[in-house]
Amino acid sequence: MSSDGEVLLAAENVKKYFPVRRGVVVQREVARVHAVDDVSFEIRRGETLGLVGESGCGKSTLGRCVVRLHDLTGGRIVFEGRDISRLSRRELRPLRRELQIVFQDPYASLNPRKRVGQIVGAPLRIHGLGDRGEIKRRVQELLEQVGLSPEHYNRFPHEFSGGQRQRIGVARALALSPKLIVADEPVSALDVSIQAQVLNLLEDLQEGFGLTYLFVAHDLGVVRQVSDRIAVMYLGKIVEVSPAEELYTRPIHPYTEALLSAVPIPDPVETVSRKRIVLTGDVPSAIEPPSGCRFHPRCRYATEICSTVEPPLVSYGGGHLAACHHPLNVESDTRTPGS
Amino acid sequence: MAAAPLLEVKSLKVSFRTEDGVVKAVDDVSFTIGEGEVVGIVGESGSGKSVSMLSVLRLITDPNARFEGEVLYKGRNLMSLSEKEMRAVRGAEIAMIFQDPMTSLNPVHKVGWQIEEQLRAHERLTGAEARDRAIELLRAVGIPRPELRVDDHPHQFSGGMRQRVMIAMALSCSPDLLIADEPTTALDVTIQAQILELLKNLRQEFGSAVALITHDLGVVADIADRVLVMYAGRIVEAGEKNAIFYDPQHPYTWALLGSIARLDRPKPRRLTAIRGQPPSLLRLPEGCSFGPRCPHRFSRCSEDPALVDKVGGGHLDACHLPVDEKRRRREPAVHPEQAGTA
Repeated sequence: MSSDGEVLLAAENVKKYFPVRRGVVVQREVARVHAVDDVSFEIRRGETLGLVGESGCGKSTLGRCVVRLHDLTGGRIVFEGRDISRLSRRELRPLRRELQIVFQDPYASLNPRKRVGQIVGAPLRIHGLGDRGEIKRRVQELLEQVGLSPEHYNRFPHEFSGGQRQRIGVARALALSPKLIVADEPVSALDVSIQAQVLNLLEDLQEGFGLTYLFVAHDLGVVRQVSDRIAVMYLGKIVEVSPAEELYTRPIHPYTEALLSAVPIPDPVETVSRKRIVLTGDVPSAIEPPSGCRFHPRCRYATEICSTVEPPLVSYGGGHLAACHHPLNVESDTRTPGS
Repeated sequence: MAAAPLLEVKSLKVSFRTEDGVVKAVDDVSFTIGEGEVVGIVGESGSGKSVSMLSVLRLITDPNARFEGEVLYKGRNLMSLSEKEMRAVRGAEIAMIFQDPMTSLNPVHKVGWQIEEQLRAHERLTGAEARDRAIELLRAVGIPRPELRVDDHPHQFSGGMRQRVMIAMALSCSPDLLIADEPTTALDVTIQAQILELLKNLRQEFGSAVALITHDLGVVADIADRVLVMYAGRIVEAGEKNAIFYDPQHPYTWALLGSIARLDRPKPRRLTAIRGQPPSLLRLPEGCSFGPRCPHRFSRCSEDPALVDKVGGGHLDACHLPVDEKRRRREPAVHPEQAGTA
């Protein structure tokens, strides 16, 4: 774990609200979706921060905010000590070489009319890195690095399977030798055997090039496999941050506990013996999130305070933070105010 | 299961004519499902698991599709029924739940109307009776305040709630066999847990047999009695659930179990990926179709392996390796006793 490494990127009180508009001619803003609501975290150089949560919790929005594919409603993104959250498009351009993203859907994220060489070479051309011959050589080298063959240069995306397409997406993200890659559900569209291939590839690349990842996913098994630290999101908030293994052995937030217990285990005996916490109800709307702790309507430990006072993210030592009035697996005297 | 099984599929072959040639989606598949039994059908995309179950219900209407073999349901061959006779089977005898609850409900009709429609297609009911039944069904699948929700449209339901509506529809005529095609794949884990609990409870209440198509071995471990593992249009392994998980015989099953990032085991340094890609169904390799990706391949693998019981107890597999050799080569499987005490 590279927990003593320097901070590469910090998100400070990041907010992203999407307006809900009504009206045909005059579009009035009638409500706001609180997709990401006051979230702070740090990513250190060379580490993988996993970001997990269920659909609609804001994890992808947060990932996109980090690489400035979304403008922020509030808060700051600090990359290598520099606030990048208010930079203009032009000012952002050089930064795009440092921050790249791999998208979830390998079918939708590659232009079907372009050849692989054009797709992977596009970032190099845009940034004017080399002449045609140099770019071609670099692209072929990238294809090899992601486990494809240089002969694939002139093929079209439809000639590839899902796993291979995701490799093309990874090659494109790698083209500019970025420092940070946001991987937004990079394997969720793939079959399990292919998932393992792509996860292993991402780990090899990290080792080889010293990459830093923000790994966004909903699959707790996948996140555990790749992450050094993990942040759990629920309804626009980070509810727990922990060193990876500790999250699974000692969850502090009741939502994390329920999430872990809901993952099906491929072992018939164990699946019967383990205790499964079935949460009642659905995730509430992010337009009018519940008062106090956002998880309280579904939480089995909730008391009165949970519906009135929003719990802050508190440190429990060893880099383990959680936002809960009734933390699990802790002795109350280990609590210290959050950093 | 001494009595005749509820469903018996014999040498089912499904192929599609395409511009590039004939796609053998299902290639000589035989299996049975007993009354009240939950059979998990696992495999990756393109392995033929959905096509084979859709063929059971004769829901594939592609004019380029060709079917061979028999599908015996309670002794009747569904393949030789007329379309009209088949309509009486669908919904009433064999019902289906689809993967995507977002697209499998009609957005312009109230959910109550959609349930009533199915009821009235199979039974003579007055409008009020059908509505009452619809409300009862919504209550049975755990939808709060069903007497109000019956008049809502699908977009007013969340994904998990829509899947509950789909299940209510499927159960409306108390089918003897329920085919569930990836019923929880589109749902979040906490909602998936709710739906799996519901399916388990309903199974006890309604006693339907369930064919559960899934790619998630965790879901299978949870609710199946028996498991079929499919690869490239064929069944490569079949048996009781515990036999498949604790004494898997086919290297593909080993690889499948090894490539999951499991929460119940210490984190491996690397996941065991299956090298290469599944074969094209247009040009299947000679012999064992898993051969080109199999690390245990040897000379005999160029011959077609038969699906036979080598270990006993109705545990079938299609692999040429001798049983003791397989047990030596695969990663140590956890035995149920050990798993229980761990």
